[in-house]
Amino acid sequence: MSAPYATLPRWADYGLIPLINLAVAFAVAGLVVLLVGESPIRAAGILIEGAFGRGQNIAYTLYYATSFIFTGLAVAVAFHCGLFNIGGEGQAYVGGLGVAIVCLSLDGTFPWWVNFPLAIVCAAAFGAAWAFIPALLQAKRGSHIVITTIMFNFIAASLMVYLLVGVLKPAGSMAPQTRTFLDGGQLPKLNWLIELFGGTIRSSPFNISFLLALLAAFLVWVLIWRTRLGYEIRTQGHSPKAARYAGIGEARIIVITMLISGALAGMMALNPIMGDQHRVQLDFVTGAGFVGIAVALMGRSHPAGIVPAAILFGVLYQGGAELAFEMPNISRDMIVIIQGLVILFAGALENMFRPQVQALFASISPRSVGVTAAKGEGG
Amino acid sequence: MDMFATILTVLDSTIRLSIPLLLACLAGLYSERAGIFDIGLEGKMLAGAFAAGAAAAVTGSAWMGLGGAVLVAVFLALVHGFASITHRGNQIVSGVAINFIAAGATVILGQAWFSQGGRTPSLGADGRFTAITLPFADALRGVPVIGPLYYEVISGHSLLVYVAFLMVPFTWWVLFRTRFGLRLRAVGENPAAVDTAGISVPWLRYRAVICTGILTGLAGTYLALSMNAGFVKDMTAGRGYIALAALIFAKWKPVPAMFACLLFGFLDALSIRLQGVSLPAVGIVPVQFMQALPYILTVILLAGFIGKAIPPKAGGQPYVKER
Repeated sequence: MSAPYATLPRWADYGLIPLINLAVAFAVAGLVVLLVGESPIRAAGILIEGAFGRGQNIAYTLYYATSFIFTGLAVAVAFHCGLFNIGGEGQAYVGGLGVAIVCLSLDGTFPWWVNFPLAIVCAAAFGAAWAFIPALLQAKRGSHIVITTIMFNFIAASLMVYLLVGVLKPAGSMAPQTRTFLDGGQLPKLNWLIELFGGTIRSSPFNISFLLALLAAFLVWVLIWRTRLGYEIRTQGHSPKAARYAGIGEARIIVITMLISGALAGMMALNPIMGDQHRVQLDFVTGAGFVGIAVALMGRSHPAGIVPAAILFGVLYQGGAELAFEMPNISRDMIVIIQGLVILFAGALENMFRPQVQALFASISPRSVGVTAAKGEGG
Repeated sequence: MDMFATILTVLDSTIRLSIPLLLACLAGLYSERAGIFDIGLEGKMLAGAFAAGAAAAVTGSAWMGLGGAVLVAVFLALVHGFASITHRGNQIVSGVAINFIAAGATVILGQAWFSQGGRTPSLGADGRFTAITLPFADALRGVPVIGPLYYEVISGHSLLVYVAFLMVPFTWWVLFRTRFGLRLRAVGENPAAVDTAGISVPWLRYRAVICTGILTGLAGTYLALSMNAGFVKDMTAGRGYIALAALIFAKWKPVPAMFACLLFGFLDALSIRLQGVSLPAVGIVPVQFMQALPYILTVILLAGFIGKAIPPKAGGQPYVKER
């Protein structure tokens, strides 16, 4: 972008500005809490206590964070290519179908460590497949990917309802869900990891797909910044014109990026399905696909930012659940507002406070913001 | 005669279902013609519907509901403008943010204020825009074909339906026959030229997003006070996005936009009508497929079997004044 934004030291760019934006987002969320007639400070206290109070709560927080790492990475990869994949929700939902196919057919045959890799591949493949058509339409026909991926979210929801009340439902059952997987379709828990640090846990859904999420974050970093494909993706995102000039196939790179993005979103399904519920339920994604947008924007599309951002949203989800007990007026939908505010302030308004911050820096140390260089003293 | 009655019913619901699309689509037209992409139509419509439901429930007046809806939708439009015009943020991101804020806030505030699980209280006739019968509708009812058509399809809608259809020629007139419209279109194609002519680009664009806000407020009012008797959680159900698809389909022109919205409304009406009906050669189509049909058709139409849709040239790009 050629917009004349003020330059700042790197730590301020990647640390201070996002923190200010986040603080403003939470301040506005606090106003909503006031409007509902509760005390924001008390609400924040309950939220933090609910997310970190005991080992149990930390495990839940990290369980939610696992899902958000996947969906956040999915959105971030697409961002690097200049694409806005809003369809993480649908891709994760359909990814659940991939997990279901592996687990329902093989859970009695193989142990989990055989089924897990198969389920990863299948979930990724289904998620990628759901991103494929919007990608192809964007690449070949110029259909706006934002609208097509939103449409695919709605279509995925209908498709999954159809399957869950139809073929996937065991005979004689009324609930729209698959049968419970046997041991071969259940991932081991990671509770020992928290107990190692002295936390106590009775039961929690925290499972090894957390490690897979961290691995995926690392691999995304390698892909985007250390491979030729990643370079091509970033070139396309930065300047489609330059990419074309450099001989990068536009259609090819769009489709590949969206397949990777869809695969990452699809892998999110492993966490709730294989790790926790051991069956596919209606609406198991519960908005995680959309949270990914806020996570990616907050993490500035970098895995090192996405993991903490995902944990923050894990805090909001877990703490928010506790909060809903204490303050019945503040339901899960509060998270949706916070999500929207984070997207607004960390995304669309990311440069709102930049001039003020720069002025502050310039008054303390002109050199740090390149003011002296501009006057011709520097090089 | 039975067939004729069915057609009349489908046409009647086509009109009713296409109105929120039409209002939202025209709303998007103003904004996008001025170079501001607006994915947040959905959220503004939803917030408008909530404000309409809430204000009408508290005051008991449909007109107060309308006023509340327009105020709230314009406020959100100004937030979008503040982010994308003043701070040159990403317009898609800003729109998505508004959709989330609206989706969450309507439920939270609805629950806190009315304690009905995110709904607003059910409204009586005074709080709604109810059907009005056009002159001579009853008298002409006996006339074959034209009579029932006039009585069933054209007459018997709420005031907002007729307002929506009047907005089509009005929008055309504003955009293509007034100075404001010329400038608005110019600012979406080549803002630098407008700036050179000494006209403020931000102020023009702000006025465009205010128009968008007013129309999405009307769309929300229609949803909450005409189609339903109050606000229901997530009642827009993706209509904002379908309106956007209709806008692209109509190549950002008012009259084609009306036909696109009628087409989408017709498909919606048809899918409702065909639920549980056994079709020849296919049998009973699953209800989920019928529910997904409008979205599937939107994708198919967007896939561009319609010729290339060329958006306003400066759309989505923040304008940076040269210094």
